Amino acid sequence: MNTLEITKDTPQKEAETIQLSGSQAVLEALLAEGVDILFGYPGGAIMPIYDALYDYNDRLKHVLVRHEQGGIHAAQGYARTSGRVGVVFATSGPGATNLVTGLADAMIDSNPIVCVTGQVFAHLLGTDAFQETDVINITAPVTKWNYQVTDACEIPSALAKAFHIARTGRPGPVLIDITKNAQLQLFDYEGYKVCNHIRSYRPKPIVRREYVEQAAALINEAQRPFVLFGQGVILGRAEAEFKAFIEKAGIPAAATVMGLSALETGHPLHVGMLGMHGNYAPNVLTNECDVLIAIGMRFDDRVTGRLDKYAKQAKVIHLDIDPAEIDKNVKTTVPVWGDCKETLPLLTGLVDARNHAEWLGRFRELEQAEIKEVIHDELNPTSEIMTMGEVIRILNELTHGEAVIVTDVGQHQMVACRYAQFNRSKSNVTSGGLGTMGFGLPAAIGAWYGTPDRTVVAIIGDGGIQMTIQELGTIMQFGAKVKILILNNEFLGMVRQWQQLFHDRRYSFVNIASPDFVTVAKGYGIPGKSVRERKDLEQALSDMIAHDGSYLLEVMVGKENNVFPMVPQGSSVAEIRLK
Amino acid sequence: MEKQEYTITLYTENSIGMIGRISIIFSRRKINIESLNTSPSEAEGIHRFTIVIHETEDVVRKLCRQIEKQVEVLKAYYNTNDEVIWQEQALYKVPTDIVTEKAPVERLLRQYGASAVVIRNDYTVFETAGHREEIDALTEALAEYNLIEFVRSARIAIIKDSEGFHKKLKEFEEQEPAEEVVENRYLNKQDKVFTM
Repeated sequence: MNTLEITKDTPQKEAETIQLSGSQAVLEALLAEGVDILFGYPGGAIMPIYDALYDYNDRLKHVLVRHEQGGIHAAQGYARTSGRVGVVFATSGPGATNLVTGLADAMIDSNPIVCVTGQVFAHLLGTDAFQETDVINITAPVTKWNYQVTDACEIPSALAKAFHIARTGRPGPVLIDITKNAQLQLFDYEGYKVCNHIRSYRPKPIVRREYVEQAAALINEAQRPFVLFGQGVILGRAEAEFKAFIEKAGIPAAATVMGLSALETGHPLHVGMLGMHGNYAPNVLTNECDVLIAIGMRFDDRVTGRLDKYAKQAKVIHLDIDPAEIDKNVKTTVPVWGDCKETLPLLTGLVDARNHAEWLGRFRELEQAEIKEVIHDELNPTSEIMTMGEVIRILNELTHGEAVIVTDVGQHQMVACRYAQFNRSKSNVTSGGLGTMGFGLPAAIGAWYGTPDRTVVAIIGDGGIQMTIQELGTIMQFGAKVKILILNNEFLGMVRQWQQLFHDRRYSFVNIASPDFVTVAKGYGIPGKSVRERKDLEQALSDMIAHDGSYLLEVMVGKENNVFPMVPQGSSVAEIRLK
Repeated sequence: MEKQEYTITLYTENSIGMIGRISIIFSRRKINIESLNTSPSEAEGIHRFTIVIHETEDVVRKLCRQIEKQVEVLKAYYNTNDEVIWQEQALYKVPTDIVTEKAPVERLLRQYGASAVVIRNDYTVFETAGHREEIDALTEALAEYNLIEFVRSARIAIIKDSEGFHKKLKEFEEQEPAEEVVENRYLNKQDKVFTM
C-alpha cells in the first residue's frame, strides 16, 4: 500500500491543527479515554491501526490473544473487575465474526466494551472483497450501538460516542467498524472531545420522587419484605448505598448470579443466591414475601422459574435504570426508574428503621434444611469421591473471600456461585445471561489485568476449557497470573444432569474425552498438577494459590454428581427440589 | 388480551441503517410488520417511522420500550386505530378501453374518489387514498375488469391527541441541530482514489 490521493476538499488548515492518520486518531482517542490496555488480534484490514500501535506501545499495552473470541471475553473480564471499558481490536471478516459470541455475552450481561474492527476499503464495500463481511448488520442485534467509519474525519467523534454509550446508562458493547482507507487517510486533527451527551440518547431515566415515596410506603407497611439484587448494584457503584438501605430497613436480601459480591457473602442479611440452582430459602420465600424489592436485576427466567406462579402474592417494587426492564417479565406495583446510586439513598431516607428478625429467621430455618439435605454433604463428603463443593470450600479457606472467582459455564459454575465467598464487590466474573462455555479462561486473563494485585482463580469444567484452551498461549506470552482450576468430571456435566433427570439417563454425547491438561499446560510453560485423591487436594490448592504466576490444577471430581437444589424448568420457584 | 391493529410512530435520527435496526426488533420476536413508512418529520433532520402491526397491547408496549433503547431513537408512541387519522394510497393500472367502454368501472372510480394520473391508449393509472378497507374493496371490484397492476402504500398516520412530540422536536433541532449523514463517497471511485 502506498500513496492515497484522498480529500481534495479538506477545509483550510487552521493554525493549531495537525495532520494525523485515521489510525493515529483511533489510538489518540483510546489515550484520551484513559485506556491503557487492550486485547486484540491483527489482520489485513486493521493493519494500519496495528502499524500505528507500534509507536504507541509505551502508552498502550496490547495483549495478543489467540482467537478474537478470547479477546472480547478478556475485555469483558477486564471490564468486570476494573469497572472500566474493555477495548478489543479485530480485523474484518472472520476476525469480526469471531467477536459475535462475546458481543452477545457482553450485551446480555451489560458489559461496557468498545470493539474496533478493521473493514475493507470503502470502495470495496459490497463487492465480496477478501475478508469482507457485513459486520454492522451482523452485530446490530448484539451491540448497544455500532457504526461504520468510511472517512478518517469521523473517527474522533465516533470513538467518543462509542465510549460514552458503552459506559453510561445500562452499559453494553459498542462496535466501530473502520474501513482501511479511513485508517490510512491523513486528516486535520482538531483534538479529541469527550462525548457527554447525545441528543437522542437518554442513559438514565429521570427519577420520579412520587414513585420513591410509594415504594417507601409499601416497604414501611410490609411484614415480610424481601430484596433481590443484581449486577445493577455493581454497575451503578452503589454497593454502599445498597447496604445502607437493607441495613436500615432490616430486609433479607438475595443475589442473582450476576449480583454476587455486591454484598459480602457473610453479611447477616445476605440470604443466598436466587435461581434454578440457587439457595432453598430465597426461592421458596419468594412466594411468601409480601413486598418484593428488585434492585438492578431483570427477572431472568432462570431466576423466576414459572412466571404465572412467581411471587403472585407480593407487591413488587422494581428499581432499574433501563425502563424496558420494568414490567418486561414481572408486573410491578411501583416502578422506580433510575440509577440505583440515586434512587437507593432517596429510598433509604424514607424507610423506617426496622428489624424483621422473625422473617429473617424463616430464611435461616430453611437454610438449615438445605445445609442438612445438600450443603453439608457437598462440602464435606464422606465417600471417597471428591465433590466440586469441597474444592470450593477449601479454596474459601485459603483465599478468605478475597479472590476474584471467574467461572465458565455449567455445573462447576453453579457450584462456585453457590459456595464461593466474596468479601469485595466485582469479585465474581461469570457468563450469566448467555451461558457461554469457553468464557472462563479468556475472561480470567482480562480479570487479572483489571486487578493484577488480587488472586484470580478461573474455575472451569473439562468441557469449557477445551473451547478456548488456546488462550493458554496468551498467558504464556504475557504472564497473566491466572490460577486455572479445572473441575474434571469427565462429562459435560450439566447436560448430563438434565439427561439423567429429564431424559431417562439417555446420555447423548456428553461423554467428553480430555487431553492430559497438565501436559498441555507444560507445553505452554505453565506449571500444573492433577489431583485424584482427597489427601492431596488441600496441599495442591495451597500450592496453586501460593505460586507466583499462572498455574493449572486439575481436580478429578465425581463423574455423576448433580447440582442441587434445582428448580426444574417449567416449575415454580417454590417447587425447588433438594434432591 | 386481544390482538388488534396498532400504529407505532417513531421519531429517529436520520442515520444509515435505521430501518434495519428497527425491523430486527420485530423479526427477532417473529412479528410481522404489516406496513412501514419512513418520512421526514416537521423538524429538519428528524425522521418519522410509521409502523403497523397486529398485536396485543402488552407486546406493543414492550416493543416500543425496546425500540426506544436504540441510541438513535428519540421517541416511540403506539396508538389504536381510533387514536389516529390515517391513510394509505393506492395506484391501479387498468386497460383504457375497459374504462371507456364499461360504465360500471367509471361508477366505481367515482364512488371511491379515484382520479386518473396517467391516461394512455393502452392503459390508465388511477390513484386513490383512504382506509385499508376502502382500497381493498376497490381492488376487489376492479379485479373483475382486467386490473393489470395494483400497488398500495404503507400507512401514514397523525396522532389525534395532543401536540405530540412537536414542541420537544423543535427544541431539539434549535438547540442541537442534527449531525450530517456521512455516506460512502468512494463507491465506484477505486480508479481515482487508490493506488495499491
